[in-house]
Amino acid sequence: MTIDRFMTAASDYATQVDGTFWVLVTISSLITLLVAALIAGFSLRYRRGSTARRGPLPERFGRDVEIGWTVATLFLFLFIFWWAASNQLSALDVPGHAMEIHVVAKQWMWRVQQPGGAREINEIHVPENVPIRLVMTSEDVIHDLFLPTMRLKQDVLPGRYTYLSFTPTKTGVFHLTCAEYCGTDHSVMAGRLVVMTAPDYARWTNAQPEADDLAHQGEAVFSALGCSGCHAPTSSIHAPDLHGLYGRAVPLADGRMVTADEAYLRDSILLPAKDIVAGYAPIMPSFRSAITEDDLVKLIAYLKSLSSSPDAGVSPASGKERAGGTPALPGGP
Amino acid sequence: MTDAAIADAAVDTQPASYLTAGHTLLSWLTTTDHKRIAILYAVSITLFFFIGGIAIGLVRLELMTPHGLFLTSDAYNRLFSLHGIIMVWFFLVPSIPATMGNFLLPLMIGTHDVAFPRLNLFSWYLYVFGAAFTVYALISGGVDTGWTFYTPLSTSYATGYVVAAATGVFVVGFSSIATGVNFIATAHMLRAPGMTWFRLPLFVWAMYTVSMVMVLATPVLAMSLLLVIAERAFGLPIFDAARGGDPVLFQHLFWFYSHPAVYIMILPAMGVVSEVIPCFARRTIFGYAFMVYALITIAVVGFMVWGHHMFVAGQSPLANLVFSFLSFIVAVPSAIKVFNWTATLHRGEITFEAPMLYALGFVGLFTIGGLTGLFLASVPIDIHATDTYFVIAHFHFVMVGGTVSAYMAGLHFWWPKVTGRMYSEAWARFAAITTFLGFNATFLPQFVMGWNGMPRRYHYYPDVFQAWHVMSSVGALILAVAYVLPLIYFGWSLIYGRRAPANPWNATGLEWQTSSPPPKENFHRIPRVDVEPYAYDAFVHLPTTDDRAPPSLPSPASGGG
Repeated sequence: MTIDRFMTAASDYATQVDGTFWVLVTISSLITLLVAALIAGFSLRYRRGSTARRGPLPERFGRDVEIGWTVATLFLFLFIFWWAASNQLSALDVPGHAMEIHVVAKQWMWRVQQPGGAREINEIHVPENVPIRLVMTSEDVIHDLFLPTMRLKQDVLPGRYTYLSFTPTKTGVFHLTCAEYCGTDHSVMAGRLVVMTAPDYARWTNAQPEADDLAHQGEAVFSALGCSGCHAPTSSIHAPDLHGLYGRAVPLADGRMVTADEAYLRDSILLPAKDIVAGYAPIMPSFRSAITEDDLVKLIAYLKSLSSSPDAGVSPASGKERAGGTPALPGGP
Repeated sequence: MTDAAIADAAVDTQPASYLTAGHTLLSWLTTTDHKRIAILYAVSITLFFFIGGIAIGLVRLELMTPHGLFLTSDAYNRLFSLHGIIMVWFFLVPSIPATMGNFLLPLMIGTHDVAFPRLNLFSWYLYVFGAAFTVYALISGGVDTGWTFYTPLSTSYATGYVVAAATGVFVVGFSSIATGVNFIATAHMLRAPGMTWFRLPLFVWAMYTVSMVMVLATPVLAMSLLLVIAERAFGLPIFDAARGGDPVLFQHLFWFYSHPAVYIMILPAMGVVSEVIPCFARRTIFGYAFMVYALITIAVVGFMVWGHHMFVAGQSPLANLVFSFLSFIVAVPSAIKVFNWTATLHRGEITFEAPMLYALGFVGLFTIGGLTGLFLASVPIDIHATDTYFVIAHFHFVMVGGTVSAYMAGLHFWWPKVTGRMYSEAWARFAAITTFLGFNATFLPQFVMGWNGMPRRYHYYPDVFQAWHVMSSVGALILAVAYVLPLIYFGWSLIYGRRAPANPWNATGLEWQTSSPPPKENFHRIPRVDVEPYAYDAFVHLPTTDDRAPPSLPSPASGGG
């Protein structure tokens, strides 16, 4: 294994972070050298028995110096803050059409679901130059997905989704690993991030064992759990219509408005009493014990597909079709 | 009795001192003398320091190869947890306050004892029973959560004696609180006549501010550990997401204590260095008032930066920004202190005894520790560097390069006062220089491998990092030698050391105006203070031929009876 697997800057963001880092290294080195030189210089010049001039300094002088270097330090630090913060803020602008890959962490492995339906363990294949958004959750303790070549990491929490967005610009095989201490085999909870050219990625997707895309699998979960019994438009039970729900603002019974994002959908399935939609009775049972994290991912992918396609109920395109020429870009039309 | 007479007495005969006030074990275990309690603390924290040190020695040995040498992953995880828990709670937090603070606070402000002597003894018992209980749990069954006890790992998944270990730490917390309350009351109530707030030595200011932080922050630790115990032992779902709890809540509570705890560890170190540098530079501390304000600012703003431990924990970007900003702000007063220590050397008359070498080492290492803190305060840099060896190196520069160096500086500086004996200056200087070199050899490579993506708390690691790990382990060996050396020459000095005069360093400060070791009641007559602190300029033109000469401060001089 070579250090390239860790240190290659494999995205524009990573290059930018490296730039910030080296500027900070330069500033810090200069300050350290200044302090070291002053200590060494004073130690030599004012050692006992030297002939250097001593005696008190004028009172004013001390005060001016104090105020001077307090203000200078404050401005320097504020400058570094502003500069690092503006980098951080610009990195927050995630393209809306990112390709979504689901990651479920558990002691001590990473399970990955590609949008085309392919499943991977401890490996994530991604196409080059395509914005990627990892949607992550944990089945047990807190983990942390660390992609050193992207200069990114994000804690992966139980009971919640967290996200990691990046756009790889270099092909290659890179390291991925767990960075939040998670028990016995924490140090071997590692794997590979494989960045491929778009055609290679398409070929790779095609070569995976036959599998429906996530939304299709989610449709199966939807009927297996009997969701359509209440949520189908033809149902006699008064339950919210799920078509076009994802991404919309939803008025709640207690007067709040929430946006129906992944976290909302997740909570509504697992903790239905938390956010009751205005105009509906709180009759939905919790599916916490009935659904696994993996199935939840599929189900939410299906619910999202109901919003992204005009002919609701049918996911935008099957994995087979997309695997052809262009890189797969599900999650948005 | 004049000062000269006291000093003569110290040299010629063995004067009655707090050490001769009772020789039985019982006389030590039932003492309410702050000086004896300080020594009880010193003996116990030294023991814990070496237990924690042996644990990390084994860890560093294991890390010589990428695939381990002799430990299972579980054993490895238990060892680094043991190291962290012992070093943070049973060494670093009590290190300077409970030993030097206890010994010196009443001496420095010119009084007979702390405000609540029995509470002081009680706090030692809390400390020693709590710590011994936890250490027993850590060694017999082990805890594999790291020192941070993150949920839900600690509450639902970890094996080992989490509840026992947390209970011990919980009990030790009350010892911190008791010490803090005691010091605050002492500083307010018992200052000698003329010892105004702005005549206090900076060490006393450091003790005062650190006591405030202890009293305000430690209860939060107690509460969060109690919640962990409640969930693990009794199933109360506070942090379990599957039952509606929030695992990240624990991190907020934990760091609300543990970040101020960083300042509990570093403020006393700043106090020690502020005593040592002026003494060996023969120069008034530069910017006394600014040094005081800096201590207070650090103590206050230190409460508002805990979120910078959680930049990747799913915290909102806005919260990250605010905590990042406050973390930059808290670095300003630390920087001011570094500049002031440096400026104190200007126009001084500098000598390089062992305490001074340790103190100058502190300034250098603390500067690097502080500056790398700015890296971690910058969100994009932290996202890559957090949970890697970069963070390990950063906080060891502050906690070990900073606090432990200052602790050693103080130990050498006040050793003659505490024991009445001089140690071997040559060996002490050798140990100070070895510490500095061994420390850098251990932790500089960790910055490099950390930025290159080497995560912390890893038993097995990719082989590209092996060279750095070997360097670090060799450094740790050098550091171990440097820490064992003082044990030998200090031990030697207790029996064979030359008797120390009252004021071997010609230092200002009331503690140097009583005999070495001090009498049981510290001062036969409470001194009167009418000079500013660090009046070293008055010393500069004195003849320095006889280093046993008593101090001849221009005016306060009523130090003994």
